[in-house]
Amino acid sequence: MNTSEPKLDNEQIKTMINAILDKYRREEGMLVSVLHEIQGEYHYLPRPALEEVSRGLKIPLTRVYSVATFFKVFSLKPRGRHLIQVCLGTACHVRGGARVRDTIERDLAIKSGETTPDFTFSLESVNCVGACALGPIVLVDGQYNGQMTIEKVDSVLKKYA
Amino acid sequence: MVKLTIDGREFQAEEGKTILDVAQGNNIYIPTLCYHESVAPYGACRLCMVEITNKRGKKKLVTSCLYPVEEGLDVKTDTPRVVSVRRMVMEFLLARCPDSEVLRKLGDKLGVEKVRFSQEEDKNKCILCGLCARACDEVVGASAISLVNRGVDRQMATPFFDASATCIACGSCAFVCPTGAIKCEDIGDTRKLTMPNITQEFRLAKCKACGAYWAPERQVDFFVKKSGLTREEYELCPDCR
Repeated sequence: MNTSEPKLDNEQIKTMINAILDKYRREEGMLVSVLHEIQGEYHYLPRPALEEVSRGLKIPLTRVYSVATFFKVFSLKPRGRHLIQVCLGTACHVRGGARVRDTIERDLAIKSGETTPDFTFSLESVNCVGACALGPIVLVDGQYNGQMTIEKVDSVLKKYA
Repeated sequence: MVKLTIDGREFQAEEGKTILDVAQGNNIYIPTLCYHESVAPYGACRLCMVEITNKRGKKKLVTSCLYPVEEGLDVKTDTPRVVSVRRMVMEFLLARCPDSEVLRKLGDKLGVEKVRFSQEEDKNKCILCGLCARACDEVVGASAISLVNRGVDRQMATPFFDASATCIACGSCAFVCPTGAIKCEDIGDTRKLTMPNITQEFRLAKCKACGAYWAPERQVDFFVKKSGLTREEYELCPDCR
């Protein structure tokens, strides 16, 4: 099992970021879109990437860092290849969403908000994904798995591991 | 020019001025923490709340530091509603930073007798007003610190909580901080900047003539870059020049 954090090459990051910045014509106001795209590429926001964004958009690093830490979708910690989001909105909550989350936490041996050591999965809880009739819901990489039970957790996770 | 009344007194004010501008210019007391004349108002501390009555007779509470004056505006700075809201805000601030001397004094002044909320333990004195960050960005131009995270995790910090690469150690943040959360001390040839999340040390530059340490080296570098002059121009302290 590969237990190390995904290795990043600074030169490669630079090229990648500059390509993204060019796509957004290096406009200051496109900061959030730029960060979104970077996160799509690396699953998180690597520090050298944020520093390159600051240089490329000619805005202070403090502002880039403020924005990157403000939004919940952005992660500054390396995340796994697959993102599991357990819905704990009201409907999913009363239908046992928390129990599903607990099961996933136990199966993967991580807490909500953490990443498995082999960087396969990251787990987080969200507060409603707009499909309450299908609750409890577990999203994996944006794919909806409705009417989840603790019995079904294993088979859903197996598809990705 | 627009006409407005504050606490029953009539004033004329330029359009674009805020209620706080007019009040302060006429010696009407409105408590503030996050306001500073040199930086853009921000409305973070919520202590400058006043009650306004607009033309239709509707009353509402607004932050006077952000509210631009209007024709016929009727402002009251000491109605029971204003007083109670300010006391409440003050209680929240005191619960967050019980160690701050400035806040305690202001609390006494506003008539806060007891803080009903559980008080934070071993917390710093930062009320997250962002005045330091705004001064650093708008006045100094270094942009070394900012507010990071969101909600209960909100903090004042340097990017990545690391030593700042852009800080010039000028100490403006410590100067403007309303609660004394940031400290700036010169010890021998180093300047120690203590912030809630990080303590940084900077070397001070020595005056070539009198030998006094007169400014942080990074600030001198900053002067050189800004003015376009040579480094030699900055070898002497202001007294020896």
